[in-house]
Amino acid sequence: MRSSYLPIAIAVAVLAVLPLGTSSNTTLNFLSFALIVALAAQGWNILGGYGGQFSFGHAAFFGTGAYGMALLQVRFGINPWLALPLATLMGAAVGAAIGALSFRARLRGSYFALVTLAFAEVFRILANAWGFTGGAAGVLVPLRIEAANMQFADRATFYWLVLACVAAGLVLTQAMARARFGAWLVAVRENEEAARALGVDSLAVKLRAITLSSGITALAGGLYAQKFLYLDAGIAYGSWISVEALLAPIIGGLGTVFGPLVGALVLLGLGEATKIALGHALGGAVPGVDLVVFGVLLILCVAFAPRGLLGLGANVRRLLRRPV
Amino acid sequence: MLPLDIFLSAMANGLMMGAVYALVALGLTLVYGVLHIINFAHGATLTAAMYAVYVAHAALGVDPYLALPGLAAIFFALGYMVQRWVIGPASHGDDSNILLVTLGLSIIMENALLAGFRSDTRSIDVPYGFSVVEVGNLFLSTPKLVAFAGSFVVAALLWLLLARTDTGRAIRAVAKEKTGAALVGVRVEHIYAVTFGLGAACLAVAACLLMPTFLVNPRIGNAFVLVAFTIVVLGGMGSIPGALIGGLFVGVVESLSGLYLGESLGQIGIFLIFILVLLARPTGLFGARA
Amino acid sequence: MSALLQVRGVTMRFGGLVAVDDAALDVAPGTITGLIGPNGAGKTTLFTVIAGFQTANAGSVAFAGEDVTALPAHTRALRGIARTFQIVQPFAGLSVRENIAVGAFLRHPSRGEAMARATAVGEAVGLGPLLDRPAGALTVAGRKRLEMARALATEPRLLLLDEVLAGLNPSEIRDMLPVVRRIRDDGVTILMVEHVMQAVMSLCDTVHVIAQGRMIAHGTPAEIARDPKVVEAYLGHGAARRLAGGADA
Repeated sequence: MRSSYLPIAIAVAVLAVLPLGTSSNTTLNFLSFALIVALAAQGWNILGGYGGQFSFGHAAFFGTGAYGMALLQVRFGINPWLALPLATLMGAAVGAAIGALSFRARLRGSYFALVTLAFAEVFRILANAWGFTGGAAGVLVPLRIEAANMQFADRATFYWLVLACVAAGLVLTQAMARARFGAWLVAVRENEEAARALGVDSLAVKLRAITLSSGITALAGGLYAQKFLYLDAGIAYGSWISVEALLAPIIGGLGTVFGPLVGALVLLGLGEATKIALGHALGGAVPGVDLVVFGVLLILCVAFAPRGLLGLGANVRRLLRRPV
Repeated sequence: MLPLDIFLSAMANGLMMGAVYALVALGLTLVYGVLHIINFAHGATLTAAMYAVYVAHAALGVDPYLALPGLAAIFFALGYMVQRWVIGPASHGDDSNILLVTLGLSIIMENALLAGFRSDTRSIDVPYGFSVVEVGNLFLSTPKLVAFAGSFVVAALLWLLLARTDTGRAIRAVAKEKTGAALVGVRVEHIYAVTFGLGAACLAVAACLLMPTFLVNPRIGNAFVLVAFTIVVLGGMGSIPGALIGGLFVGVVESLSGLYLGESLGQIGIFLIFILVLLARPTGLFGARA
Repeated sequence: MSALLQVRGVTMRFGGLVAVDDAALDVAPGTITGLIGPNGAGKTTLFTVIAGFQTANAGSVAFAGEDVTALPAHTRALRGIARTFQIVQPFAGLSVRENIAVGAFLRHPSRGEAMARATAVGEAVGLGPLLDRPAGALTVAGRKRLEMARALATEPRLLLLDEVLAGLNPSEIRDMLPVVRRIRDDGVTILMVEHVMQAVMSLCDTVHVIAQGRMIAHGTPAEIARDPKVVEAYLGHGAARRLAGGADA
């Protein structure tokens, strides 16, 4: 039982020493950003991977966490260390509300995907139009570098903070997968009717899953706000994060503990490499090429690696182990 | 202008825009009715079609209305090939896979267009772009009227195709009972691809009708795609008259809420209707599936 | 002794079609009770109403002396009513043991206990060697056993078996009968819908017959087999008389 947490410890240890090998701010920024996406994807994976409910609108939760984090500081003067958990709770509440509306209406499959997408768009338009959120100009968190203000002189410190959250996400996912809730969630994914026959309250299970899922993604949004200290509606509630939170687990391995992390690192690494390579070849940045690569990866994964890179890895290991 | 005239003008504009929405929704509802899937790449395909019209005009000097038959044929062929050789094989017949594959296609198309054309908004200049027809106190844009009429013509043609031709009969057979259709010799994969091609051709027509008065940027399809989804859900999945009436209704709602709530909040009306319709009518939706 | 399950006046309509019409039945504790009837008689519909998967238009279901008519399926499972499905529905992505554990988690929230319980139940229904296989890889007979094991893992007082023998060959049916009997001997009351008549005759203490949505007879298997109403329900109007006449000649 304890051994199942060992891979998590090793992975986190490896990620923790990465900043020691570089002093490049670009690299550290990239790594922090990749881990924030990984965390958002861990949230998506609870609902989408374990629960089988594909949300196309996790931006609604990411954005609520991000705006919550920024506005609690800017408008209410709340300390970021308190604002972060509050923003997480706000995201979870939004998730619970959207879940209650859509799961009670028995939406699933494409319809659930569509309704989450629409909710995210509503939030984006509102945030863009409302003065309280800074409207189209966005919201700026004042720069005040102090540990008590969750702003650090050394970029590695913030990276470690994000990593701690990712590690907590890994442990939480692993604990959930082994607990009764995880078993029931997977049962609902596989066959809702059969699960109900076994005493599983499928609505309650799905609601818990979306609440947990949206809370984790909102935490990622809060960290994003604190990392970049600037938000607008297109960043916080934009479709980019809905897409990346969904792609990472699918590419890494749907419904697995490490899938979102592996997927996010591979996805963003490849995206970055494509941008750099094409930028060199064409003499300037080309917007969108990284996302073209993401789209191709998504289709390739669905077609050839339904269990993601981790599943592919397991297959390769099995082939190698097979006696010749 | 009198308040009543402003209202009537907003109504008329809403109806004309709504007809184009209906055309976009027709493609979506047709694909849904036959393949029972929601094509998430629909919006990006529309964007691609609009860029095709733009390029035809800007680089080759072809008028959008003249480009219509050619582009419709090209998009039919592209839609056919994508369904036959990409979506079909990649999704292994699983609904949530189709959802993901079409999402992937939409990401690829949208961002390839972004890479190719950058995020600038572009439009084309045609001599009749600003010509109007005077009806009472209202001045109606001629190209929008053409788009209005054109949408109904396409809907009528589509209906004739489904009702009167062998291909149409095969499409309806596959929509109702694909196993049965396969047993009597209908090539289901072929019919799926034809349906997908027809959906894409509808978008090419919509693009040709839109471009004289509209602009294009890589994300423009998103604006249409949720509107089209709303229409399809409102009008009933798979229903052609439903798409037409739903399209006109949504066009009017958008135009009026834009008038009374302002441009940016006006869009919200669409999404709220969409969410409400989805939440309130789930049994109707699944009824269409069963 | 009073009945464990009491169904009274249950009526279920689908549009104009009356699938179950004013049905009543009792299941005595510790028995195996059969529910038989021709195809389309309303057996499975009545089952789904008892298990709480559909709400009847009229009538009541009482379990262990309490009215459960308004309770949803998962709450009825918690009260002690478990069901299997005619079309088996394994959780394909999980192993056999994990499938059974989903049921066991209902009364054993800790993973260790639920897994141990799943292993015990799996072995009891003869799935011991297959516990670590993916559920999707089981044969039809294996899946039927898995359906039963999962339901049993919820530790029900009443087990509703919906055609667990359908689709099995004669030797598989013969292997299954003692499994069902042992479940009853362990104290679980069973109500079974079944088409395989020899099995009904051999297993059931009491049999209820439903035809065209109405309960037409109940009694011991031997009484039912002699009942002219039952023979007519299965073989058509006048069949009982023709059979009797044939015997005379």
